[in-house]
Amino acid sequence: MSISSKIVDDFVANDVSFITTVPCKQLAGVIDEVEARPEIFHIPSNKEDEGMGLCAGAFMGGKRPAIIMQNTAIGVTINTLATLTQYYRMPLPMLISYRGELREPVACQVEMAVHTKALLNQMNIPTYHFHKEADADELDAILKYTFMCNKPVAILTDASFWGGYGDQ
Amino acid sequence: MIRSEILREIAPILRDQLVVCNIGLPSQELHMIDDNAKNFYMLGTMGLSSSIGLGLALAQDKTVISIDGDGSILTNLGTLPTIANNVADNFILLIVDNGSYGSTGDQPTYAGKKTKLENVAKACGCENVVVCQDKDTGKVLQEAIDSKQMTIIVTKCDSGNIKLPVITMDPVVIRDRFMKAVAS
Repeated sequence: MSISSKIVDDFVANDVSFITTVPCKQLAGVIDEVEARPEIFHIPSNKEDEGMGLCAGAFMGGKRPAIIMQNTAIGVTINTLATLTQYYRMPLPMLISYRGELREPVACQVEMAVHTKALLNQMNIPTYHFHKEADADELDAILKYTFMCNKPVAILTDASFWGGYGDQ
Repeated sequence: MIRSEILREIAPILRDQLVVCNIGLPSQELHMIDDNAKNFYMLGTMGLSSSIGLGLALAQDKTVISIDGDGSILTNLGTLPTIANNVADNFILLIVDNGSYGSTGDQPTYAGKKTKLENVAKACGCENVVVCQDKDTGKVLQEAIDSKQMTIIVTKCDSGNIKLPVITMDPVVIRDRFMKAVAS
């Protein structure tokens, strides 16, 4: 089974049925898988803070939401995380491609990578880092934890986890 | 009419619906006029009223009205293509367009100048876009509810604010009682 299928299986098994996405090359496979699953309503967002608004609404409507995005989005969503998701105490699993780590070909991505964990730490957001494929075995427990504590939770997935950038 | 006068006039219509209300004065005004469990007050996060409302409408069957402002729509302009491409026929976006950032001192918005939000909404693919004058808001809103079709209403009104206190309710209380109203 592909890692993308396994990740989306865990979402479905945890009753996550509303997922918004902002694309990243690394996440293309998992986004395709989200789109393909009839159990999930997939709604692409134009910007990640918009996506978190959609997720807040879906949660209040009785669905379990999730957002899939790049780590650069942490820079976009600090205000929304603080004043919406955290302030109203809502759960939000954030599956994040951790660009700018080892094997990264684009130098500018490193500029946000060096701030990513510091920002998440500053926001008191529980953060998990998937570096090897076996790390994804924890996703099921992470999702249960997220909906137990009603917090945004970050799952950083780096290039090594996804198997690099192909021939680059 | 100014926004608070419109809200006072449409309060009897809003009372029976789920309402997601924009940050700042709109929420404070609605809270003062007719506080009830079906109102979700935004205490922060400018721009996301329409996104929260759409997510809520897509997740359940009850009618949802997002009350937004021209300035807040401009803050999150990406919301309009998302709305257009994810039709929820139980969703109404009510844009109170007074051409100004009311909560921050009535600085002019671009919607009060060259930009026409109704044209932007149509260009984004929204199919039912209705422009009305302040005094007609109630009638147009009721028609939109009755139509059971996703509708974007742009209601043109004067800028201006009334003095009133901030909302001191705990956000988790606002959210919890709203979710109970959604589920009831």
